[in-house]
Amino acid sequence: MKILTGNDLKSGAVIWWDGENWSLHVDDATDVGTHGEEIMAREEALRQVNVPYMIDAERTDDGVRPSHIKDRVRALGPTVRPDLTLKPQDPQALDWVI
Amino acid sequence: MYAYDKYDQAMVDARVEEFRDQARRRLEGTLSEEQFKPLRLMNGLYLQLHAYMLRVAIPYGTLNSRQMIALADIADKYDRGYGHFTTRQNIQYNWIKLEDAADILADLSRVEMHAIQTSGNCIRNISSDHFAGAAHDELVDPRPYAELLRQWSSFHPEFTYLPRKFKICVIASEKDRAAMRLHDIGIQIVRNDNGEIGARFYVGGGMGRTPMIAPMIRSFVALDQLVTYAEACLRVYNRYGRRDNKYKARIKILVHELGAEEYTRQVEEEFAHLLDVGVEPPRAELERIKEFFADPAFEDGPKTLDRSDPDFALWVDRNTHRHKHDSYVSAVISLKPVGGIPGDASGDQMRVMAQLAEQYSFDEMRITHTQNVVLPHVRIADLHALWTALDQAGLGAPNLDTIEDMIACPGLDYCSLANARSIPLAQRISERFGASGKTAKLGELKLKISGCINACGHHHAGHIGILGVDRKGVENYQLSLGGSEAEDVSLAKITGPGFTENGVIEAVETVTDVYLQRREGEERFLDTYRRIGMEPFKEALYD
Ligand code: SF4
Repeated sequence: MKILTGNDLKSGAVIWWDGENWSLHVDDATDVGTHGEEIMAREEALRQVNVPYMIDAERTDDGVRPSHIKDRVRALGPTVRPDLTLKPQDPQALDWVI
Repeated sequence: MYAYDKYDQAMVDARVEEFRDQARRRLEGTLSEEQFKPLRLMNGLYLQLHAYMLRVAIPYGTLNSRQMIALADIADKYDRGYGHFTTRQNIQYNWIKLEDAADILADLSRVEMHAIQTSGNCIRNISSDHFAGAAHDELVDPRPYAELLRQWSSFHPEFTYLPRKFKICVIASEKDRAAMRLHDIGIQIVRNDNGEIGARFYVGGGMGRTPMIAPMIRSFVALDQLVTYAEACLRVYNRYGRRDNKYKARIKILVHELGAEEYTRQVEEEFAHLLDVGVEPPRAELERIKEFFADPAFEDGPKTLDRSDPDFALWVDRNTHRHKHDSYVSAVISLKPVGGIPGDASGDQMRVMAQLAEQYSFDEMRITHTQNVVLPHVRIADLHALWTALDQAGLGAPNLDTIEDMIACPGLDYCSLANARSIPLAQRISERFGASGKTAKLGELKLKISGCINACGHHHAGHIGILGVDRKGVENYQLSLGGSEAEDVSLAKITGPGFTENGVIEAVETVTDVYLQRREGEERFLDTYRRIGMEPFKEALYD
């Protein structure tokens, strides 16, 4: 699947396109099919997202998993500071990144 | 240390307000990201993996406790309670909000700090010896010259858009503690045969994609021509540096392609011209700056220590450095606790260091390019009390210059340019060697880890270097051996095919075993490598 990501303009937070809005959680990401460019242009113009880009991902039993490790690190947070990730209580979360 | 005059303060304050307006326009949408990006970068604001990252300049790594407390407050108020000290003697914050950025710059300005020229193709923060003004072996304090160059290079209209970023280092001892010859310009303050003090210029060094050791282009420049000569070096680069290819745009490529001799000839020609023009600041300005770096009021006191506590004795042996006054030492606070993140310090730790600097070190600290913090002037009589306080704050790791004291860049955990993570390797290696007791057996061993070819982790200059690469989307690590950024400077050589994360940790274990088996006498890892060469290490790694 193709999904969209970028950063929130004000906070810089990593965000994912959920079909209607931008979410902090990669599991909310939806497949944009062939509409990625158009959505990115519109959303960037509205300042809903900063520096958006499209990536490959797959839907697994554990949710949406970006294909590249860099985007998995972005999705979770720094692997060396589990307390600062989006899943501080989940010891398995780091395995998902790697 | 240097204190801003009204011009310095006015310039920095004006820049804060200018940036406030630019950020407001970006948030309102009248500036696009394309228009805003170069403006935010000029103020040290990057967009990294998880958020905006702000890099704050610490000129030649020197700061006082008021400044350190301001850095701690920024960590707590605007970030997530910590900062990361970098190999450029600066500090970075990883979780900055654009809407807060101008307020942070205003807070910095109140303590005479800023983030100007910490990014972009300009002259960056000048680096220097972290024991400057304190070391027993220095000719003079190099910081007045670093400060003069800082003032010259700040907002220099001709050098704001260079072909590429530009890094200058100034030292004043034979011992190089600042990787001087791996800078675009490395300046060593020296004494000539007539007993005069001047500057020796090395130009065209650097790490990154094409590592090079800077050749010496002039052995002696009179100190009242220092800025003029630097200007000549920059002018030739600015004119002929490759702007067509980012990967060939650093001055090291120009010097290499022209040849040091031809580059020098052109610099000398430009220098002669500039001497006529008269660009050197008045000598009185250097004298004014020097006054800020006068020695504090050192007092005679005990010169020996009670070493009966073995933990204290170990820390003294590893983490202190001889001072020019024999009743003092420089103490290094290791930011490398076993299993910790190299260079990270919490807001609370920064406050502890600030308070200890105020109490024990004439209110001064230095950031080292190896991501530690120095209290430069500590009375020998106060050393035990200092160590006790550091130990209680978790800042007493006795591991300076050992394998645990590695440099590691932020890598893929934070950096958008990274190929692989650096920090987890650093943590696992320090845990492994710390737990096995092998650290002590190995003695001085400089391990340096970069998450990509940009080499912020100085892997080319590591006795052991590790470089993260991307192998079809999977982290992979190249091992290299034999680098040094000290006065015996050399570039490390790659051992062979790369390793997985687990594999490279085993590989470090293997090469250190070879060293322990083959070392003679007091040889360091680097000495043994230089004597026996790469082959025995390769055999152990790959056969
Ligand atoms: S070496 Fe590469 S990964 Fe590491 S901080 Fe520099 S740019 Fe980022």
